[in-house]
Amino acid sequence: MSGAPRARELGLIGCHVCGLVCREPSVDDAACPRCGAALHRRKRGSIAHTWALLIAAFLLYIPANVLPIMRTVSLGDVDDNTIISGVVELWVKGSPSLAVIVFTASIVVPMMKFLVLATLLVSTQRRSDWALWQRAKLFRLVEFIGYWSMLDVFVVALLTALVRFGFLSQVEPLPGVVFFGLTVILTMFASMSFDPRLMWDEIDHD
Amino acid sequence: MSTPEHGIARSGRPPIADASPLICEQCDTVHRNRTLARGEEIRCVRCGAELARYHVLNVNGMLALVLTALIVFVIANVWPVVTLGLGVQQSSTTLWGAILMMWEQGAQVVAVIAAATLFFFPLNKMLMLGWVLLYARAGRRAPGFAFIMRTLYHLQPWTMSEVFVLGAMVSIVKARAYFDVQPDPGIWAYAVLTLLITIFSGIDLRRLWDDTEPRA
Repeated sequence: MSGAPRARELGLIGCHVCGLVCREPSVDDAACPRCGAALHRRKRGSIAHTWALLIAAFLLYIPANVLPIMRTVSLGDVDDNTIISGVVELWVKGSPSLAVIVFTASIVVPMMKFLVLATLLVSTQRRSDWALWQRAKLFRLVEFIGYWSMLDVFVVALLTALVRFGFLSQVEPLPGVVFFGLTVILTMFASMSFDPRLMWDEIDHD
Repeated sequence: MSTPEHGIARSGRPPIADASPLICEQCDTVHRNRTLARGEEIRCVRCGAELARYHVLNVNGMLALVLTALIVFVIANVWPVVTLGLGVQQSSTTLWGAILMMWEQGAQVVAVIAAATLFFFPLNKMLMLGWVLLYARAGRRAPGFAFIMRTLYHLQPWTMSEVFVLGAMVSIVKARAYFDVQPDPGIWAYAVLTLLITIFSGIDLRRLWDDTEPRA
């Protein structure tokens, strides 16, 4: 590990909004002198907040997958689709490559977010120095790809607005899509509340 | 980071960013800052996160980009995205058509998410950025500069236009199995918007703090 100094050791604190480097304030609720954002050495209650949001997101992810997200009615024929059955249908009838994209956005990315954030939380709580560099990279990846999960939600919204042919053909949203949208929002909040600096805090004294 | 090409040399002020250190937001490591040449970037020695990169666009270039994005955004929202045909019937929708339909159909949560991430947040982002850049051209900070910069920072992860474009593509392929599908100008405008957003995502707005003088 490199011996580069860390801001905490030097008594410095960087503003997360404007990047201004300040000397660490003595008061608890200091604001950045340049942009007025609250200055924190670390995000407050990061581990607890992230766990809470992650667990809430996971609980909502269950109905999001079990309940159908979309109903297609054509000539009185009712067909309810879940996320998975939508992917299968796309694979069979449409294009397999797009099915892979939807599967990645709706299943792989959320599951990866759950796994990665839980791993980061547990390893940080145990003050582990295991694969730190890779963990840092994983966190950046999860932050970067998280919002693409909203894909299926927008697909349902568009199809609902487009397929308006009355008795001939009609698409309606079903509760699964609401749960899924909320899952994505909560996982985004979860990764935002995680403070990656905590990973590096306790392990540097070797 | 502010070099003469970046449009603040007029004030004759030495760039302050070079003197102050860079702190990695991912791991808290302190680095020395320096002026970057074209194509260069600074990465954290401890965790590998990107700390700074050379900016190809100056303030004028950024303003031009924002104005272009605003025009494209209007086109993308006024024209329909896709038209479906079934026999003699036709059906098309805009973004707002989809949002209102989700509200009517009992998925109000989805309607609110879509309205926020696809309309209000992107629009506000462009308007606020345009306002700030208009003043930054003269090296000045616009009224409300600090508030706007903080808001832009918080809005940053919550705009999803590029996801909507992919969603439109998936919808087209899904609908193609049952209907005649015809893409409309809205979808092309969205595609261009996605390109502009991608260019924008590489810009670190923090430099505007260094490129402008505090208001007297």
